[in-house]
Amino acid sequence: MKETNYSSKTIGGTDRAEAKARWNPYLVGIGIGILSWIAFGVLDEPLGISTALSSASSVCALPVMGSEGVAHNAYWAKNPLKWNGGILFLIGTFLGSLLSVLVSRTFRLEKVPVTWSHQFGSSTAKRLAAAFLGGVIIMFGARMAGGCTSGHGISGSLQLAVSSWTFFLTMFASGILTALVLFRKRSGASK
Amino acid sequence: MNFPVSAETARWLAIPVGIIFGVLLHRGGVANYNVIVNQFRFKDFTVLKVMFTAIVVGGIGVLLLKSIGHAQYHIKPANMLGVVLGAALFGVGMVLYGYCPGTGVAAMATGSLHAIVGFVGMLVGGVLYALSFTWVEAHIQTVAAMGKVRLPDITGVPDWGWFVILAAIAGVVFWLIETRFKTPGGDRHA
Repeated sequence: MKETNYSSKTIGGTDRAEAKARWNPYLVGIGIGILSWIAFGVLDEPLGISTALSSASSVCALPVMGSEGVAHNAYWAKNPLKWNGGILFLIGTFLGSLLSVLVSRTFRLEKVPVTWSHQFGSSTAKRLAAAFLGGVIIMFGARMAGGCTSGHGISGSLQLAVSSWTFFLTMFASGILTALVLFRKRSGASK
Repeated sequence: MNFPVSAETARWLAIPVGIIFGVLLHRGGVANYNVIVNQFRFKDFTVLKVMFTAIVVGGIGVLLLKSIGHAQYHIKPANMLGVVLGAALFGVGMVLYGYCPGTGVAAMATGSLHAIVGFVGMLVGGVLYALSFTWVEAHIQTVAAMGKVRLPDITGVPDWGWFVILAAIAGVVFWLIETRFKTPGGDRHA
């Protein structure tokens, strides 16, 4: 196992204040499980993020394609951006995290996370470029697969859907392989 | 199906449900780049603990709700080629970005600049998919399309049997994580 020196302000690459604000992950899992009871039993809509996000992406295409072009696109015609439960849930997720961060006073500007800088150095441009590229790939993949970690990974798996368990296992395998390549030991690059 | 509120009320209730989801993602530690990337490096098991617990607890509750007629399933179709290719891309993107779509949205609120840049990337990815949608539908989503099937359909093991199996796997995996894979530094919570 690689020897890593984290500064005294961090535990395992995590800000001390943020680590202190953490709840037990099993209890958080139970919380999300109970939330899915409400999602199915009251909202009649599984928890999910990427469908709403890809509908929202139509706004970005407006300046280039025009409203006619967007309306005629087969995907956005099927998933138009409107104030439905999915988009309101997405906004709620952002607000909830913001609320939690403000209450726990853990807001901090992070340009380059420590796990990244140990491997790739402290260049902000490099990290932002990777994050952008990762964002493009993850969304394209989510739409092709029909869901993300929420819609497939949690909501779909708990319904015992074949598609969702296939997604869950394949996504994890691909992520592990990617991490092996990306975070392989490099001579001199990391201590 | 019996639902306690109207569709219109349910739509607005999505906001408080989303807020709770956002709070749980942040307090669970999964709105953190290091936690997510280190899951794929087997140095931090928070993601697995949260997800697997949510699946077992959520699944048993939703199954009970469904059996008394207060919920219905929403199964995504098993277009196997699309799911496998999409999930493979998703894994690559998740390690590069360091977040998934939901945790990326939550991380934007914590002050993560790279989460915001990656969010813009996700919007671009959504545009690219919309542009390629017709082709993907015709050439990829039609390959090995099994429809909206569930594990009980293809195995003959009933719903409750699957949850017994999943709960048992979760128990063993969590026990192994807590006893064998206790990594110094990572994976800690107050």
